[in-house]
Amino acid sequence: MAQLFHRSSNTLSKVSIFAVLFLIAGALAFLYAYHNSDYMTYVDVPREQPVQFTHEHHVAGLGIDCRYCHTSVEKSSFAGIPPTETCMSCHSQIWTNAAILAPIRESFRTGIPVKWTRVHDLPDYVFFNHSIHVAKGIGCESCHGRVDKMPLMWKANTLYMQWCLSCHRDPAKNIRPRDQIVTMGYKPSEDQAVLGPKLVNEYHVNVKQLTNCSICHR
Amino acid sequence: MQNDNQTSNRKALDNPSFTEHLANKTGRQYWRGLEEIAETTEFREMVDREFPEGASEWLDPVGRRNFLKLMGASLALAGIGACAKQPEEKIIPYVKQPEEFVPGKPSFFATAMPLRGYATGLLVESHLGRPTKVEGNPDHPASLGATDAITQASILGLYDPDRSQTVLSRSRIASWDSFKTAIAAEVGAWKAAQGTGLHFLTETINSPTLADQMRQLMATYPNAVWHQYEPAGRDCVRDGAKMAFGQYVETTYRFDKAEVIFSIDADFLLTMPGSVRYSRDFSAMRRTSGEMKGMNRLYALESSPSVTGAVADHRAALAPAAVEQAAWAVGAALGVPGVSAQGSSPAVDALGKAWIPSLVKDLQAHRGRCVVVAGDEQSPAVHALAHAMNAALGNVGTTVVYTDPVEANPTNQAASLAALMQQIDSGKVDTLVVLGGNPAFTAPADLKFAERYQKVRLRIHAGEYNDETAYLSHWHLPLSHYLESWSDARAMDGTVSIVQPLIAPLWDSKPLHEVVSILNGTPSATAYDIVRAYWQGAKSAPAPASAAAPAPGDSTAAHAAPVAVSAGPVASIAVNGDFERGWHQALYRGMVAGSALPPKSPTLNGGWATAAAAMLAATPAAADAFDILFRVDPMLLDGRFANIGWLQEVPKPLTKLVWDNALLVSPATAKQRGWKTEDVVEVGYKNLTVKVPVWEMPGHADGCGTLYLGHGRTRSGRVGNDVGVNVYAIRTSDAPWRAAAATASKTSDCYRLVTTQTHYSMEGRDIVRYGTLAEFMANEKFMEERHHEPEIVSLYKEHTYKGHAWGMAIDLTACTACNACVVACQSENNIPVVGKEQVNNGRAMHWIRIDRYYEGDAAAPAQHFQPLTCMHCEKAPCETVCPVGATVHGEEGLNEMVYNRCIGTRYCSNNCPYKVRRFNYLLFTDLDTPTYKMMRNPDVTVRSRGVMEKCTYCVQRINSARIEAKKEGRMIRDGEVVTACAQVCPTEAITFGNINDKESRVAKAKKSPLNYALLADLGTAPRTTYLTKLRNPNPELEKGA
Amino acid sequence: MERLQSPDARGIAPNPPVLAKGYTYDAITEKISDLSLNPKLTKGWLGGFSIAITLAGCMVVAIVHLLFTGVGIWGNNQPVGWAFDIINFVWWIGIGHAGTLISAILLLLKQNWRTSINRFAEAMTIFAVACAGLYPLLHTGRPWLDYWLFPFPNSMGVQQQFRSPLLWDVFAISTYASVSTLFWFVGLIPDLAVLRDRAVKPLARKIYAILALGWRGSAQHWRRYRIAYLVLAGLSTPLVLSVHTIVSFDFAESLIPGWHTTIFPPYFVAGAIYSGFAMVLSLCIPLRKAYGLEGFITARHLNNMAKVMLAMGLVVGYGYAMEAFMAWYSGSPHEMGMFINRTTGPMAWSYWALIACNIVIPQTLWLRRARRSTLWLFIISIVVNVGMWLERFVIIVTSLYRDFIPSSWHTYVPTIWDFAMFFGTIGFFLTLFFLFIRYVPVISIAEMRELSHEVEHGHH
Repeated sequence: MAQLFHRSSNTLSKVSIFAVLFLIAGALAFLYAYHNSDYMTYVDVPREQPVQFTHEHHVAGLGIDCRYCHTSVEKSSFAGIPPTETCMSCHSQIWTNAAILAPIRESFRTGIPVKWTRVHDLPDYVFFNHSIHVAKGIGCESCHGRVDKMPLMWKANTLYMQWCLSCHRDPAKNIRPRDQIVTMGYKPSEDQAVLGPKLVNEYHVNVKQLTNCSICHR
Repeated sequence: MQNDNQTSNRKALDNPSFTEHLANKTGRQYWRGLEEIAETTEFREMVDREFPEGASEWLDPVGRRNFLKLMGASLALAGIGACAKQPEEKIIPYVKQPEEFVPGKPSFFATAMPLRGYATGLLVESHLGRPTKVEGNPDHPASLGATDAITQASILGLYDPDRSQTVLSRSRIASWDSFKTAIAAEVGAWKAAQGTGLHFLTETINSPTLADQMRQLMATYPNAVWHQYEPAGRDCVRDGAKMAFGQYVETTYRFDKAEVIFSIDADFLLTMPGSVRYSRDFSAMRRTSGEMKGMNRLYALESSPSVTGAVADHRAALAPAAVEQAAWAVGAALGVPGVSAQGSSPAVDALGKAWIPSLVKDLQAHRGRCVVVAGDEQSPAVHALAHAMNAALGNVGTTVVYTDPVEANPTNQAASLAALMQQIDSGKVDTLVVLGGNPAFTAPADLKFAERYQKVRLRIHAGEYNDETAYLSHWHLPLSHYLESWSDARAMDGTVSIVQPLIAPLWDSKPLHEVVSILNGTPSATAYDIVRAYWQGAKSAPAPASAAAPAPGDSTAAHAAPVAVSAGPVASIAVNGDFERGWHQALYRGMVAGSALPPKSPTLNGGWATAAAAMLAATPAAADAFDILFRVDPMLLDGRFANIGWLQEVPKPLTKLVWDNALLVSPATAKQRGWKTEDVVEVGYKNLTVKVPVWEMPGHADGCGTLYLGHGRTRSGRVGNDVGVNVYAIRTSDAPWRAAAATASKTSDCYRLVTTQTHYSMEGRDIVRYGTLAEFMANEKFMEERHHEPEIVSLYKEHTYKGHAWGMAIDLTACTACNACVVACQSENNIPVVGKEQVNNGRAMHWIRIDRYYEGDAAAPAQHFQPLTCMHCEKAPCETVCPVGATVHGEEGLNEMVYNRCIGTRYCSNNCPYKVRRFNYLLFTDLDTPTYKMMRNPDVTVRSRGVMEKCTYCVQRINSARIEAKKEGRMIRDGEVVTACAQVCPTEAITFGNINDKESRVAKAKKSPLNYALLADLGTAPRTTYLTKLRNPNPELEKGA
Repeated sequence: MERLQSPDARGIAPNPPVLAKGYTYDAITEKISDLSLNPKLTKGWLGGFSIAITLAGCMVVAIVHLLFTGVGIWGNNQPVGWAFDIINFVWWIGIGHAGTLISAILLLLKQNWRTSINRFAEAMTIFAVACAGLYPLLHTGRPWLDYWLFPFPNSMGVQQQFRSPLLWDVFAISTYASVSTLFWFVGLIPDLAVLRDRAVKPLARKIYAILALGWRGSAQHWRRYRIAYLVLAGLSTPLVLSVHTIVSFDFAESLIPGWHTTIFPPYFVAGAIYSGFAMVLSLCIPLRKAYGLEGFITARHLNNMAKVMLAMGLVVGYGYAMEAFMAWYSGSPHEMGMFINRTTGPMAWSYWALIACNIVIPQTLWLRRARRSTLWLFIISIVVNVGMWLERFVIIVTSLYRDFIPSSWHTYVPTIWDFAMFFGTIGFFLTLFFLFIRYVPVISIAEMRELSHEVEHGHH
């Protein structure tokens, strides 16, 4: 029979070999990108809340300490979401009629809590503990980002395991003096490359142990 | 809710209604939240659904699974497996957060669990109002920090979806209000009739408040009669005391002072009330680690093998009649006044040669430092004899303590029930109120309770389950679980505990106190008020001379319960006059200080011996007769726990049987009668028969067989129904424990019995090491010399562990195979129940198992127990073979298992020489039943299908302790981390801690020359090691034997 | 040619030829290509195919049920974590060996009797590996996570654990599969071209044309073809040894008595070749009968394969003997216990059946008569296949179900799904094979032509 393949197909075949390689590489790259995209991770995506609570105003504007609302952050695994009465402690005095606060007043009256949308949500098999991180000099900012610049709350980091590990493998990068925990936009007093290891020592951070599986998974 | 963002049972926790309801509660009330949830749809759904999905997972063999359903389920799983987008979730704070309450931290509350008339003090762990784990109260005399398996499993009882959830009127759903209105009329009538025709049937009551309420009840209805019946009751103990002293006394033993113990068929280490405390005291006298206080010596006579017999230094298996004769022979040899040998049999004569004489010598050599214990199942005569022996040996006041009874109203309950039946026949019973208990199932068969019960015009039943009795009653009233209700109870030494609820009733149930007060015409009182009021001593009306109606019928007169309850509280709760302070102290400490009963020294009746001898003569001692022994099931007791899967699946201590009972007979008897294990035989007694499979049990006495009560329930719930055989069917009122001269004939059927351990011999391998105290005293290192350990040389540089290095030492001398650790572990680590089928497939999930080996001849074998859990090998074979690194080694020497990384190749399990890894071959965890979600420990991942799991040394506890320690910048202190198994162990057989800390208890234990590693020659370097089992046999008898 | 005639010189009865007389180029081409181009759809083919595909259907059902319900549908338990799944895996991989061995090693050794059998031996290899590959992927508790076995950039920040033999398997098997497929296809190209040229139906032409990759049979093509073929042969030669060596590590690397032994690598390879040749025989004996290929696959071939089997059988026998010896020599109660239990325990039947199938019965192959009897060879080949399956059963199950601590001993009972999966894969294998003999030249036309050329010259 007549040749099915034209001469050009020689070249074509050669090209196609590479084409296939690039295709595969491309597909992988795409998946990786997709997996790390905001769509998947919600990073930098402000989340709708029943009440348009702005950290920016309360933190930057009024300078309220994180721990005023997140009371158990130093005691417990859970930092604590303020009960309605905490909101009311101020808002029974000011903005008492602000429409935006209606749900809060409603909740206080009926006793039905406000259902906030969870912004930072770890998988069920991850056991994270706020108190120990705070105690060992990991600032709020390191994980939650510049909360003082967030009108509505969003995730500043993926919270993917490799992200956790990046710090658990080398906490010196992020560790800061305990008195700077809640500082937003913290600048190390000296070169972090020097300060970091020093604090790791001073706070008895057992870096080798930080990457043990059972530290977070049990 | 909030703090549980990391838990795996979030669905339950984020159940909005749940949190809403919880949220707006403050302070003490917060558990009320759950009561309202009971109104919400989620819970209604579950209440109404007859078979919540997934619950059947337990019992269905794979073949019967609903294919489509699983399709759905697994597709979902597959979705999770792939990198799916995380679903949006809500986070729900309180509206008013309770004070002193840190979300994310568990709180502990002191309470007590009343059971069979005795209380055990507890500390219960609570996560945001959900009790999740039961621990013993270290200050409580009956607990000392330990508990038994049953108490551990009571948490599952609380969340059992099959518990009675609503008032039933003629088996139709009704409400408390409808009951109150309905009963109001009756109350009027009763009052008019002075309560004539009104009868109450209760279990043994030891709650002072409840007793007082009963007294008032009897005051309100002077002609009413109060009957009591406890299926596994202590009538023999009571009557024995009466025979010996002419009065009821409570007998408690101080095994911590006893150097020689003679047990007459007494299972004081497991099934006898007080066993937890007794185990602790007993093992304290045979500690081989730490400083050694010598070792006690236990002689045991028994017919049916018990764990007590298994750990005895000298055990003789005798037919029931022979046990009594032997006891008498000992009594006679001891020269107890008025006691002469009664009858004789070859077996006893054989003992007479050496066994009895050396026992007697031993006892006499330890006057005041020995103790004679008679089993609850032994006849009153034997108990009287035991009392006399203890008196003769000067043990009273030292090792044997007598007090007034802790139960409110001691009486011969069998007779009390019989009297009730008699009065029903004579038409005197118009209304019968069953307050707790399940007589329709547990009453002696010859009384035909169910039949007679239905002759009563008005039948009211109050119970935790809609059970056999509820089914026959006009009214069924759901009773609250002890973790749901206010009450009080007394320990065996009389110590009073206030029972405080950890959670509001999950369903529409009420505590017994409130039911009684409804009957008494005060329907509004709450248990909280009733209990408090009682302790405030605000009681007025003194007890009427006789609440018991002068009812005709001699037996009735004798047994219609004279109410012997003093007016006012049994002890003062107030601390120097301040009630509130005292009350809170009692709640905080879990008991009322100084409320233990004062010891008394009753004197023996002159005529006890003749009476006892007469009673003995009365019992037939036919040589060739086949006796049936009834015993409570070591895990299910009288059957009230039949619906608790944990207790059904935990292997019975000696047989290792699960989900069944059987006729236990000695191999010799089986051979002689041509039976084999799993043959079905028909056992008959007094023209009552029951078909039951045979189980050949080494060490069982010949010529008799044992049947465990509590199986074969028909209305216990999904789990317990039709599991095993109901042997109450042949248990009669005249022979509650021993049916002499029963018949047993083989049928053609065969029945599959399932056990977790199919091989009972050590095959001559070096697995359980044991020796005698004498050998040890002669040469501390005798074990090391006997088993020469090969030097393990490694090609690699040895890793040294800095900081903490966790390790465990298990004392084989102390372990009594009571199973407390197994169930505690199951509760702490969210371990699923798999059901009989799967256990049969070798897929039981227990992280810790207790191996049992037999040695020597089948008639009198040596029995060895060995708790086996993950050894946390320093050179773990499982770690090197996992392709994805799902099991790895931690800094502190833990062998860590990462569920979420595991893909389930099972290579690690294959390569584990100890075979302690457990694989989720199917979706064993019930992910659907809402109450189970509330039960689970939020600090432990709930495992799904296809994942390997195993003991983690309770890493969740280690982590929380480490975090606290690190926050304070210190090391973890010894005893700060206790694994669930170590914490619960009644005999303190398990020691856990940091082996790098030379001062830690575990390090010291491991220094003992008795310490050895299992399969050490494999070079796995296990972190869990064992202390050689030591026995303390009488040298004379060792020679003889 | 000498190699053929030397026997005469030594006065021994002449070996039968590797190619019957009278096969000219045309005859060969005619005969073989016709099988694919205008086949008479015999009842045999249809019947066999439908049976095979039905069984394959069972496999599909079994797999679906497995994915939705979990490995619990199998009989596996504690302590027997691996059973039919891994038995079948090793069995198929073993069978997969003959192909590469014949095509690669015999090629390098210039064993011309390989030519008429290498094609379907290779095909068999690929199909067997395909079946084998299913098991490791499906036997995991969470198959949807199997991709964690392959190194890839991920957001977990963790990678595989390269100390695990299972991971070595992943690479060994995938390499083996890809190389042998490539090898097979390259060998096919000239024949596909022949089919292209002879095909009548336009569709068939097109398909063959595409597959033939424009082969024109120019000297240039042939030169490149030969190089490529040799290179691939060189590549796959070590694989023959490596693959089953690594599979054997799954066991040898562990510490379970009966697994933990150094003899496994050679002993597994021998066993693999053993079963491989057995399978080739079981396939080619019916094949040559059904399609009258006696001219191509002559008694000479059967004879040689029989000899190879005999030799391998003896090596395997040595392996068994060594296990026994080591059990005694180690002095370990566990090793000893394992062996005693294997030979006398509840599952002793499997051990003795295996000895009978793999050692005793094949000894008849010492007799020329046995080697010359097609029927007997067929029977033996089946027996050996069964025996080799039993060998894996003995190694895996009877080692696991009673190991160190008697308390954890537990028996093993396969379920209906275990068998559904096993026979299912056999069906899957046969289905592929039936399709193969239907659409692809079962014997290499090109090489047969060469061979005939050789033979011709040998006779002049």
